[in-house]
Amino acid sequence: MEKLLQVNDLKTSFFTHVGEVKAVRGVSFYLDKGEALGIVGESGSGKSITMMSIMKLLSDNGKIINGDIYFEGKNLVKADEGEMEKIRGNDISMIFQDPMTSLNPVLKIGDQITEPIIKHKNMNKAEAYKRAAHMLSLVGIPSPEDRMKQYPHEFSGGMRQRVMIAMALSCDPKLLIADEPTTALDVTIQAQILELMKELREKINTSIILITHDLGVVADVCSRINVMYGGLLVETANTDDLFYDSRHPYTWGLLGSVPNPNTLIRERLKPIEGQPPDLLNPPKGCPFAPRCEYTMKICMTDRPPMFEIGENHKAACWLNHKDAPKVSSPFKRGDK
Amino acid sequence: MSNYIVKRIFASFITLWIVVTATFFLMHAMPGGPFDGEKKLPDQVKANLETKFGLDKPIMQQYGLYLKNLLKGDLGPSIKYEGRTVNEIIKYSFPASAKIGSVAILFSLVVGIYMGIVAALHQGKWQDDLCMIIATLGVTVPSFVLSTFLILIFSVKLKLLPPVGFDGPLNYIMPAIALGGYSLSFIARLTRSSLLDVIRQDYIRTAVAKGLSKKTVIFKHALRNALIPIVTYMGPLIAGILTGSFVVEKIFGIPGLGREFVQNITNRDYMAIMGVTVFYSAFLVICNLVVDILYAFIDPRIKLE
Repeated sequence: MEKLLQVNDLKTSFFTHVGEVKAVRGVSFYLDKGEALGIVGESGSGKSITMMSIMKLLSDNGKIINGDIYFEGKNLVKADEGEMEKIRGNDISMIFQDPMTSLNPVLKIGDQITEPIIKHKNMNKAEAYKRAAHMLSLVGIPSPEDRMKQYPHEFSGGMRQRVMIAMALSCDPKLLIADEPTTALDVTIQAQILELMKELREKINTSIILITHDLGVVADVCSRINVMYGGLLVETANTDDLFYDSRHPYTWGLLGSVPNPNTLIRERLKPIEGQPPDLLNPPKGCPFAPRCEYTMKICMTDRPPMFEIGENHKAACWLNHKDAPKVSSPFKRGDK
Repeated sequence: MSNYIVKRIFASFITLWIVVTATFFLMHAMPGGPFDGEKKLPDQVKANLETKFGLDKPIMQQYGLYLKNLLKGDLGPSIKYEGRTVNEIIKYSFPASAKIGSVAILFSLVVGIYMGIVAALHQGKWQDDLCMIIATLGVTVPSFVLSTFLILIFSVKLKLLPPVGFDGPLNYIMPAIALGGYSLSFIARLTRSSLLDVIRQDYIRTAVAKGLSKKTVIFKHALRNALIPIVTYMGPLIAGILTGSFVVEKIFGIPGLGREFVQNITNRDYMAIMGVTVFYSAFLVICNLVVDILYAFIDPRIKLE
């Protein structure tokens, strides 16, 4: 299958008054056309910054210092602001975490949805309004014509996220990046939004990158998962393999912190002890080593390479080296 | 909405009544009266004059009488200027203040907001520093110093502008700058900090992510949100500037209301002091009301109830 997105050795840093914060430290991955990829990791792991780098939405002190981002063969790292304006909202669009603050409070919903349509699709106002109304009904907002005359504060959180999704999909983007789209919503609304995204993906055939720290969410939507930690990609695998045959202790930690509703015994959730690494002075070796149960000498001194495990499955952990002691995932097929 | 306006107008009358009462009694508590000059008037003449203006009556009666006339819109006769009413004094001097004031407001708004935007968009660069130095000077340098320097530079040295008088548009320039300098600086700072706050908001990121140009993002999405605090400041600003500044009017020889007001106080012209105070207060109250109504149009989240 043809690759829609190919990211090679991306490094993004923020230059602050205390020094260079290396938020993304060499990340490579790809995305096929029509694929749904999940990116999982805790706060500060660099997952959002990777996406912001792709969209070039970094704040003024943030900079891509190395790497290439090929989108349909075009290197976005080298694209100027004018070219990016044509891509943003048109070829790649984005949904953000907090729908309560992501819409402009003083502009009507209709104005906000039609903006990208008018800009990218060369439609006049009337046509754009028609299309916007169609998009709103597609995301399940009743009487869209009336709702378009309202302001964001007249919408609930779930409804606003639906508006965001409608807006993001209004120009038929080839890639939709959803940055924790359900984190700020309550659980029932979360399920509705995920269901909607799955449904729309089938209808519109957009590739999706879903960023989250909730493994349950990605399992539901994505076919492949990238796990990020400390500004690095630590494991990538098809969803099934990641859940049942993961090869990185950090992934095991994440899996251990997912509540299991099926178990009859009340077991405590297992947190991952310790703190994520300080990206101002990132550790020389594996970033997870200080928190890892299986740390070896080499983990502290050398950064592990991506070991090939199987088809589409790679993990950056020394345990996968042929000389390493055999440790296997505490999560096996049939466990969950 | 109309319910709200009626309520506000009612509250305004109470405010005005309190201002009138406080001014009335404070004014009468000041030592001296309108007929105490360097040359002492004969007792009989003074008594006659006091009878003529009703100053011989008990103070509560004077107060009642004033309120009664005020309700009819009659601010009474000037005590110092024979044959002129306070209404006439205001009618004559307010237009001059208003003309200079309007120019000053326009100047401070346009330049202030522009400077604020430039500073915010170039945060930490020289443009920002320059705008903020000007803004700091504008807030700290008193208007009489600014006026003096303006006259020195533009009238005395460069001979470009007339130093005093109120004849044509050229006369408006320096007083408007002197009068609007403070507000300009205030608005520039307010716009800068407000815009800096707004461009870090999530919805601005959304706007950029939609592929909008920087111009659209700033002017359509950011500025409208950033100007909300400035609208709040507009009420007192307009009232303050339009009703004039004594110092600036005095320096540039503008026959305005501010100059009139201070003269009235030194003259102990009771009627004129009351009249101008009532006019000032009413003007301020109206400006604030208009701003509050305007608010609801700019920020849809505000419901006037």
